[in-house]
Amino acid sequence: MLTQRLLLSDRGGMLVLGLVLLTTIIVPILNLAVPTDSPLYVSNFTVGLLGKFLCFALLALSVDLIWGYAGILSLGHGAFFSLGGYAMGMYLMRQIGDRGVYGHPELMDFMVVLNWESLPWYWQGFDMFWFAMLMVLLVPGLLALVFGWLAFRSRVTGVYFAIITQALTYALMLAFFRNEMGFGGNNGLNDFKEILGFDLAAKTTRVGLFVASSIALILGYMACRYIVTSRMGRVIIAIRDAESRTRFSGYQVESYKLWLFVFSAMLAAVAGALYVPQVGIINPGEFSPLNSIEMVVWVATGGRGTLFGAIVGAFSVNYAKTFFTTFSPETWLFILGGLFVLVTLLLPKGIVGLFDRFSRKGDKQ
Amino acid sequence: MNPLEQLRETWRRDQVFDFVQPAPDFSARVDTTHGPILYVEDVSVSFDGFKALNNLNLYIDDGELRCIIGPNGAGKTTMMDVITGKTRPDTGSVWFGQRMNLLKLSEHEIARGGIGRKFQKPTIFEALSVFENLELATASNKHVWYTLNKSLTGEQLDRIDEVLKLIGLKEQFRMEAGALSHGQKQWLEIGMLLMQNPRVLLVDEPVAGMTGEEVEHTAELLTSLAGRHSVIVVEHDMAFVRSIARKVTVLHQGSVLAEGSMDQVQNDPRVVEVYLGE
Amino acid sequence: MNSICRLTPRHAVQQWLTRLLLLCVCSLPLHASAQEAEPAPAQPTFDELVSQLATGNLRQRAATVEQLATHQDERLADILNALVAGDLLASKDKPPVIAIRSGDQLTNALDGSDLTGAAGLRRIPVNNSLRTQLRGMVAQLNLTHPNSDKRYDAVQRFIRDGVDGETAALLRERQPTEGSGRVSDAIDAALALFDLQTGDRDQRMAAIDTLSGSLEQEARNALRSVAENDEDAELRSAAAKAIESIQGRIEFYRFIENVFFGLSLGSILLLAAIGLAITFGVMGVINMAHGELIMIGAYTTWGIQVLFPDLIEWSLLIAIPAAFLITALVGIAIERGVIRFLYGRPLETLLATFGLSLVLQQAVRTLFSPLNRSVTSPEWISGTLSINPVLSITYTRLYILLFGLAVFFALLLVMKRTTLGLKVRAVSQNRAMARAVGVRSNWIDALTFGLGSGIAGVAGVALSQITNVGPNLGQAYIIDSFMVVVFGGVGNLWGTLVSAMSLGLINNFLEPWAGAMLAKVLVLIMLILFIQKKPKGLFPQKGRAAAD
Repeated sequence: MLTQRLLLSDRGGMLVLGLVLLTTIIVPILNLAVPTDSPLYVSNFTVGLLGKFLCFALLALSVDLIWGYAGILSLGHGAFFSLGGYAMGMYLMRQIGDRGVYGHPELMDFMVVLNWESLPWYWQGFDMFWFAMLMVLLVPGLLALVFGWLAFRSRVTGVYFAIITQALTYALMLAFFRNEMGFGGNNGLNDFKEILGFDLAAKTTRVGLFVASSIALILGYMACRYIVTSRMGRVIIAIRDAESRTRFSGYQVESYKLWLFVFSAMLAAVAGALYVPQVGIINPGEFSPLNSIEMVVWVATGGRGTLFGAIVGAFSVNYAKTFFTTFSPETWLFILGGLFVLVTLLLPKGIVGLFDRFSRKGDKQ
Repeated sequence: MNPLEQLRETWRRDQVFDFVQPAPDFSARVDTTHGPILYVEDVSVSFDGFKALNNLNLYIDDGELRCIIGPNGAGKTTMMDVITGKTRPDTGSVWFGQRMNLLKLSEHEIARGGIGRKFQKPTIFEALSVFENLELATASNKHVWYTLNKSLTGEQLDRIDEVLKLIGLKEQFRMEAGALSHGQKQWLEIGMLLMQNPRVLLVDEPVAGMTGEEVEHTAELLTSLAGRHSVIVVEHDMAFVRSIARKVTVLHQGSVLAEGSMDQVQNDPRVVEVYLGE
Repeated sequence: MNSICRLTPRHAVQQWLTRLLLLCVCSLPLHASAQEAEPAPAQPTFDELVSQLATGNLRQRAATVEQLATHQDERLADILNALVAGDLLASKDKPPVIAIRSGDQLTNALDGSDLTGAAGLRRIPVNNSLRTQLRGMVAQLNLTHPNSDKRYDAVQRFIRDGVDGETAALLRERQPTEGSGRVSDAIDAALALFDLQTGDRDQRMAAIDTLSGSLEQEARNALRSVAENDEDAELRSAAAKAIESIQGRIEFYRFIENVFFGLSLGSILLLAAIGLAITFGVMGVINMAHGELIMIGAYTTWGIQVLFPDLIEWSLLIAIPAAFLITALVGIAIERGVIRFLYGRPLETLLATFGLSLVLQQAVRTLFSPLNRSVTSPEWISGTLSINPVLSITYTRLYILLFGLAVFFALLLVMKRTTLGLKVRAVSQNRAMARAVGVRSNWIDALTFGLGSGIAGVAGVALSQITNVGPNLGQAYIIDSFMVVVFGGVGNLWGTLVSAMSLGLINNFLEPWAGAMLAKVLVLIMLILFIQKKPKGLFPQKGRAAAD
């Protein structure tokens, strides 16, 4: 019954998930077991890149869930992603121990530079993995809860919500740029050594993180799918299409929006937490409003309102980004900007919608 | 109220705080021991100096079918907004039965309490199927967790089936609601109201855009509902009103101009002046 | 033309002076030939005397200086000042070239031409007695200078350098004839400072009284030393009281200064946001490329300065209409090309215009450079207006404040008094109805958007004077601008004004104790909370239409 609901009725999703699963199995083998001079060898760089894309796909899922399904455009999802990333970064920093440049047993290098005497209270506990993981979920979740509660209760919707979420991530960016905040200021957190005792530079650790990201994406997809196929999912779509009708049908619209927003924020945070050990750095630039709006474009390009569309969008846009920023960095912003315009004007349902249209045409013939 | 008075209010020994009182019990029957089910008393609403409602008084009896007519701008829609909690009045009180103060409840609480509303423009969930539309409207636990984990009971599914038959959309139950015709959408919305199983139905212009046959059908349905539910119909179509009305209220400039049977109202010189005079 | 003249009084004066000077220079040879024809006059001309400074011994030089003093010439004060400071140089030619040095710059003392880099110039030597003589003369000259600013500066210099008996006498002599209140007050303060050191007890008491009204740093120092060290207890307490009253006034002026800075920041926000108030507030279009339109306006200013390097002084005045036109055209192109397909879909509009903003940024980066461009400030906009020793206002900020208000009221007038404004409001309220009564709504949409964009361009001209002109200029302002519009209440121009000014003030008053970055964060958080409380802003639109 549940498998029917989650998988079988979702052909596009099955296909995309199948591909993800396939890469998850093949890529580690090709990276670890195949000799480096073989044409089949997958380089460490590619593994890292794919791992990054998987995190982005999870992030795109979270954006699609509230934008595509509930019609709430958040331009601040980068904030939740980054907060998750910072929580993970703090754990990784604590793991450095006395191997920092200044060799202080407890303080981070940047704290030594600032002449701090002791570890600030909010850095306590992050040496424990479970605690850090709890914070990965709790901090962004709480922020989303408070922020969403305030916003939805006052019925801040549409563009207003978009603008204040953008202001939120902008404010956080400015705050994290400050050295006094105790998160490394401009440089952020970097120079990580190991995670759970595994060397971050080691090949196997990287592959492990890649697989972890992949599993997170699959689980995240299932969770989202569970939500959108439940009655709650239909209420959410109802809110998107006719909010007042939903309200007069007896649903407390605000709490639906709120819990979905909180869940989505946590999903984004998990993506951030997986992203940071793979790229080895988190800095305030991740909070920049541009990042948050880029995520929305992944979803728009892939096709909003379909969960696998978000994954397709995240992969294709980021692949294009990698391609163009390597071969012709100048043109990338032109292409990204053009993509924004094109998708909104010509492809409101994204790539997935395009396929749909073709396949439907095919059916008729 | 200044802070001192607020404090004094708190000290009063006979004071019963809201949080001690039990939450409004929606499942219990609305207390209608004194006759009317809906009391609208001295309600005024103004937008930027324009008085949309002006000391409006209206009592609806349990099981009554009431038609409300009035020229444009008479305050019909605003009145519905006030009853359903969308607009808060500047003054006045609105009670549902003896115990439920509607001015203290939010829209969804009022809806759960047993007041259903049909909008002027048919509003349904266009991206969902006809069945899903009715499913969402079904009277059941509407909290987030419940809707996430539980599906409908067999009883509720039977009820949906019943309503599908009643509104004549049995064949189309898998169809996306957005693809229905205008009349069918009106019907679907009425069906959704029925799924809510409300005590009071507020129906705003139910026959706008319907064919003659559909109008007749609607009139039949609404009359059959009266008795079990109280029905308030706002309508412009006089022929339709005549065909269903037992008691008619005429609104004009935000207050009641006349009330009575259709014949009484039509012969009232003031009503004639409002409709024809200008 | 008239309005331009009114806008640049300093500029006009300068032009006039330059022309006068050129006239002098041109007429020099004529003078020479006239002298040849007539018998040598008993009185040498000013120019000849200046040339004589370079020759002869010190005694002869003193005599020349005496003679120079009898001439009423604009250039005299500068030349003597330079001579005292050892900044007057001469070449060995006959007649010698006389130059004034200030920093690395050399200017011809007589015709004002630029001599920077010229070789063979040597300092004209002076000795101590000559220096004393010169100082007195310069002081006298400055004190009787027709320009009250020059006189004020002269008195200020005395106060800074310390007043001795000689200058006190000079000042006493000048005091009764001084016409300007400001200069007269300064002279009072200078004399009081002198009295405080040298006078008897009554004089000192009176001096303390006088100084309690002065805001000079020196007055405070003198009073403080009296309050701390003087033997007379009464004088000490009087001085302490005087310091207290001065502190109170300083606080007050600091407050005024803060208010002014706040308003000036507010006017920047106003300029950035007001175009948005039109496109977002009136049309309901979210234009994320608004910041880039501001940037284009700023680049227009730069372009004008590059194209017409001779017209730096006029560049801003040329740039205002140019930027308006260019950005308005870009805006209309955006509206016709993208936005008109997206009416009624605000979120899509937001995304599409954001894409455009990326394209515009990158276009500027590719066309010009990713680096900042330097925009020169014309002279009439630079400098400070010092109202008193603790309160001074930079002209840039003052002009931007005035300019922001001018743009605001001009826009208000356009919206309220012109047919275009009427049509814009009609379309924004009920498109179908407006069309029915014959308004070409498409055309109005384009024009409105053009108007909003044009104003963004004009804002860019103003911003080019205070921030770096680079491809990221616009990004820095977009969020702030949206916050201003939303805070003020969408669709309400007055609300935009009030909100811009109050945000400017709040930000400026938070800054001293929170730091610039944190102040900004706090303001943002405050705004976010405010919008939760009042989603429709400070001045919401009410009514049935607004409720839907």
